[in-house]
Amino acid sequence: MKEIMGILLRRLVLVIPVVWAVVTLVFLLLHLVPGDPVLAFLGETATPEQVAEMRHRFGLDRPLLEQYVTYWMHVVRGDLGVTFVDRRPVAEKILSRYPATLQLAVAALLVAVTIAIPLGVTAARHQGGVRDAAASLLALLGIALPNFALGPLLILLFSVKLGWLPPSGFGEPAHLVLPAVTLGTALAAILTRLVRTSVLEELRQDYVKTARAKGLDERIVLYRHVLRNGLIPVVTIVGLQFGVLLGGAIITERIFNWPGIGTLTIEAIAARDYPLVQGCLLVIALTYIVVNTATDFLYRVLDPRIKVE
Amino acid sequence: MTMSWTGKIGWGLVIALLAIALLAPHVAPHDIREQDLRVRLQPPSRAHPMGRDEFGRDVLSRLLYGARVSLRVGLTVVAICAGVGTIIGALAGYYGGWTDRIISGFLFNTLLAFPGILLALAMIAFLGPSVGNLILALSIIGWVSYARLIRGQVLKVKELDFVHAARAMGASDARILLRHILPNVVQPLIVQATLGVAGAVLAEASLSFLGLGVQEPMPSWGKMLDSGRAYLTTAPHLVIFPGLAIAVTVLAFNFAGDGLNEWLNPQRPRSIPARARKGG
Repeated sequence: MKEIMGILLRRLVLVIPVVWAVVTLVFLLLHLVPGDPVLAFLGETATPEQVAEMRHRFGLDRPLLEQYVTYWMHVVRGDLGVTFVDRRPVAEKILSRYPATLQLAVAALLVAVTIAIPLGVTAARHQGGVRDAAASLLALLGIALPNFALGPLLILLFSVKLGWLPPSGFGEPAHLVLPAVTLGTALAAILTRLVRTSVLEELRQDYVKTARAKGLDERIVLYRHVLRNGLIPVVTIVGLQFGVLLGGAIITERIFNWPGIGTLTIEAIAARDYPLVQGCLLVIALTYIVVNTATDFLYRVLDPRIKVE
Repeated sequence: MTMSWTGKIGWGLVIALLAIALLAPHVAPHDIREQDLRVRLQPPSRAHPMGRDEFGRDVLSRLLYGARVSLRVGLTVVAICAGVGTIIGALAGYYGGWTDRIISGFLFNTLLAFPGILLALAMIAFLGPSVGNLILALSIIGWVSYARLIRGQVLKVKELDFVHAARAMGASDARILLRHILPNVVQPLIVQATLGVAGAVLAEASLSFLGLGVQEPMPSWGKMLDSGRAYLTTAPHLVIFPGLAIAVTVLAFNFAGDGLNEWLNPQRPRSIPARARKGG
């Protein structure tokens, strides 16, 4: 237990500078806008008084260092400021959209794992055979076909031609199917290759020979022994890729008009609502850091062979 | 050892794509700006093998010009990333200590704390969309993987006897790095760069799809796909052909990179596909 606390503490210490850098980077992004963010938002027809009033209201007329300190103090309290467009709290807007993105990402993860494990195991069991080649080909297609090409093609097939699933919408389980498959396919492809390699590696181990020599059923050898060990690296990649899914969700959400944080980000960019863009980026990046840290921590706890750096 | 057949196909496609990109103005059958609203969304025909788009423009010609944009962005980004990554990675690996701690401990972790595409999207959102900003944003997120690779390689090579010998003979740090270490770490760099083009092409298409990349009137596969979505039921060819073009290009560079890797290092297992690292 003491050791586990030690691992957790060390992970947390490593995360602090990264979180600091991410918050600083997101703060500085606003000052990257060529010219003035307020002017960019209001447009060229704005009067100097309007610009000055808005700059004052958002604290943009203060010295940079003061703005930075204020930003930090607000972020720590969970206050991400108010939007340019309707002056409502950024955090409130993000919170209302966040669950939809999480739902999509979790569903995509389930799709990926459900496809990848049986496919990867089958490919490894029949190494060099037709099934192995077919699984490899499917995995390659999944990697090569980007989600913004796959999504419309799935809509074309399952909504337009067959009429089985809705092309967009939110709320019903049927609405989730196409977006989850679109977002999960690339991960399924990566995981299939990983499961295959991992299972092949385990199949060569001595304990597998022992289990087979004992006369155990091949399925028990595979699912009780091989898969249990072979899935450890897969768990890590799943964790690390969960954050990537959150990034990829931006595109998938746009294709299916999914009301998540990705759509919110794109809407905010289009409206030049910079505080809202900053808030979205910060929340996605922090989620990514939390999931990565948790995965890394779990990995080290689950597999004592891995030394803590 | 000869290259695997997938590797050969990959390199064949890469060469063909480069030729298309270079010769686009000569091989494109129609003017890409020529509009004719009377024949908009026309399906593929003999005169227009990939049909016409929502403005009546020839899809094949725009696709050929799109290869030019995709590869220009892809190759430029990879060249910048490989260059910057090699310099920073080599310095971190060679000098170690605080230099390494700041570069690999802090800089790498911070940049990797963002899902790659998100950071690029963020920068373009604030800087404004243009090809230059797209290349800048993709380069800023991309160099880390090259720096990590080179750092690891330099750490291994710098402990080898011939490096110690060079140092004993009084060679300067710059000479040891440039003449003795770097030539020995070039192979994995070339493999990663080949795979990296696939990732960069995909990232460019993703951002252009979101309206944050290449702007009109320049054709880009990602943007063609985005505008084609509105006509999915009436003109699916507007989505199918750009989608295929992206998939073939990504596959080609992945095959080429994997083929090269197996050819150069017959013992080493296949690399992770570019997609997995880029996080697109």
